[in-house]
Amino acid sequence: MSSVQIRDVRKSFGNFEVLHGVSIPIEDGQFVVLVGPSGCGKSTLLRMLAGLENITSGTISIGDRVVNNIQPKERDIAMVFQNYALYPHMTVGENMGFSLKLRNASSDEINKRVKRAAEILALSPLLERYPRQLSGGQRQRVAMGRAIVRDPQVFLFDEPLSNLDAKLRVAMRTEIKELHQRLKTTTVYVTHDQIEAMTMADKIVVMHDGIVEQMGTPLELYDKPENQFVAGFIGSPAMNFLKGHVRVNGVATFEGPNGVKLPLKNAPAGSDGRPVVYGVRPEHFTIADDGADAEIIVVEPTGSETQVFAKVGGEQVVAVFRERHQFNPGDKVRLKPDPSLVHLFDEATGKRM
Amino acid sequence: MAVMAESAVAQVKPGSLWSRAFESRNFLGAMFMVPAIAILILFLAYPLALGFWLGMTDTKIGGAGRYIGFQNFISLSKDSVFWLSVFNTIFYTVFASVVKFAIGLYLALLLNERLPFKSMIRAIVLLPFVVPTVLSAIAFWWIYDSQFSIISWVLVKAGLITRYIDFLGDPWNARWSVIAANIWRGVPFVAITLLAGLQTISPSLYEAANLDGATNMQRFRHITLPMLSPIIAVVMTFSVLMTFTDFQLIYTITRGGPINATHLMATLSFQRAITGGNLGEGAAISNAMIPFLVAAILLSFFGLQRSRWQQGGRD
Repeated sequence: MSSVQIRDVRKSFGNFEVLHGVSIPIEDGQFVVLVGPSGCGKSTLLRMLAGLENITSGTISIGDRVVNNIQPKERDIAMVFQNYALYPHMTVGENMGFSLKLRNASSDEINKRVKRAAEILALSPLLERYPRQLSGGQRQRVAMGRAIVRDPQVFLFDEPLSNLDAKLRVAMRTEIKELHQRLKTTTVYVTHDQIEAMTMADKIVVMHDGIVEQMGTPLELYDKPENQFVAGFIGSPAMNFLKGHVRVNGVATFEGPNGVKLPLKNAPAGSDGRPVVYGVRPEHFTIADDGADAEIIVVEPTGSETQVFAKVGGEQVVAVFRERHQFNPGDKVRLKPDPSLVHLFDEATGKRM
Repeated sequence: MAVMAESAVAQVKPGSLWSRAFESRNFLGAMFMVPAIAILILFLAYPLALGFWLGMTDTKIGGAGRYIGFQNFISLSKDSVFWLSVFNTIFYTVFASVVKFAIGLYLALLLNERLPFKSMIRAIVLLPFVVPTVLSAIAFWWIYDSQFSIISWVLVKAGLITRYIDFLGDPWNARWSVIAANIWRGVPFVAITLLAGLQTISPSLYEAANLDGATNMQRFRHITLPMLSPIIAVVMTFSVLMTFTDFQLIYTITRGGPINATHLMATLSFQRAITGGNLGEGAAISNAMIPFLVAAILLSFFGLQRSRWQQGGRD
């Protein structure tokens, strides 16, 4: 186990820079999730950490050692690939023991460690099978087993769950988290799925277009997104954004599209009349008599909650209710955001106000 | 739709034997197979059977032969030229195939790397395969010519030898010469096929092996070779079959000479059957190749049998 320091790392492919100076401190034993839309550079960063891509500038260190010029095999890391990259011609046991075999470990030692890893992952009955004979979830576990056997300083996961069906994904999510709680190995996990990030991470790093937008614990990111991108990326369904202006005359309000008025707890200093983006999460709407007029468009019940799409001031918003309302398309209701949970962003910079 | 309508009509009035036959799966299946079977019989089974039959007769060009049983084979077994051709064929096949495999694999690995001018190099590698065999054979004939050989000329000018090499006049020189020509011609097929095989290996396997701590040599030994083995089996079977039955190169360059030193079974068969007119004896020589070919095919069949790791499950 080891800490990892990523300092001002840049990566260019030819003249095209994909990472524009990324710095991420990772503490020993932390579970860090790099999350962002495709093309944000998260996988490239992970591959640089693994040593599969060169580092154009900046430094990456694992423990006390700068690894920029160290071969992947010398870095003492293990990686779980998106397609698992299991060796098809080796059995599960051979796949898991391959790295030990290359290090000339004795066959007793290999057997012992493969057996232990197989027990942790419930793979013991499958050790003689070939990857082709396994289901997706089992292959996934073998890929993790291959990493565990090594007992590395750092685990790297590159979108490991994206090839699994929805149900299995949820189950494996828990399994990986539990595994981390048991082994406490520093883990860097890449995904584009913000739910995976929220549920698994000690620390989330939201990346976008080759920069870090925000770093923090899942709830920090949810409660205090630093900018509009993070606000929109974290949370499902996504946060509603309405463009308008802050009005301060006695009581601070937000004046949105078509003159719709929405409540504010307090206006940031000097924000009177400024163009802003008003952000409210779907779950922070309530039905109240002093709310804004809204016309319901679509109602989507999921059982535990109901998603309601409605028009407020001509803009579509989505609200989520835990309680069961009898709504029909075309109904007029009054939606009121909880003012203490509302976010304001500068319209020009997208920064939190 | 049409089929359904037709069967509906047929049900309404249970008609003739003919229309009922057309409703039977088995009959229809057999009908559909007729064209394919006819083509196979006409172009595969008949010539093969004729070859077998000729080998059992004393047919000469211009005369009908009669059945003489295994007489041709018995006389061949006492024929030293025949046994020399068997030796030549095996030597030619084994040596050329091994070298073709080695060079082909090397080129395939090279072309699988990131190289400048890769597509151009790949095109150049394919060239020997594209040139008609007879044309390249004639080129080699000139290269090996006793007076005009470019190899001899270069070596003499370089001061390495004093006399021109008699490439095609000395038995062993001739054997090595035709083997070299065969290798030159056969390498592209091996290289390109193995390259295709290499490109099916997922790069992430190499990355995983890299992280697992494998050196280049270990990656080749533990990933490339096992993953490539099914393709190797196919390509080497083809290579062995084509080399064993080679005719054009030998016939154009040496015609089996000097003193039968480069006669392969195929060229000897042609010489006895067509040039010499003894169709029966020539066919017998060709038939004698069959056990060797079957052995080669069986060998690769067992090699080709899908290994356990390729079976079962889906991707």
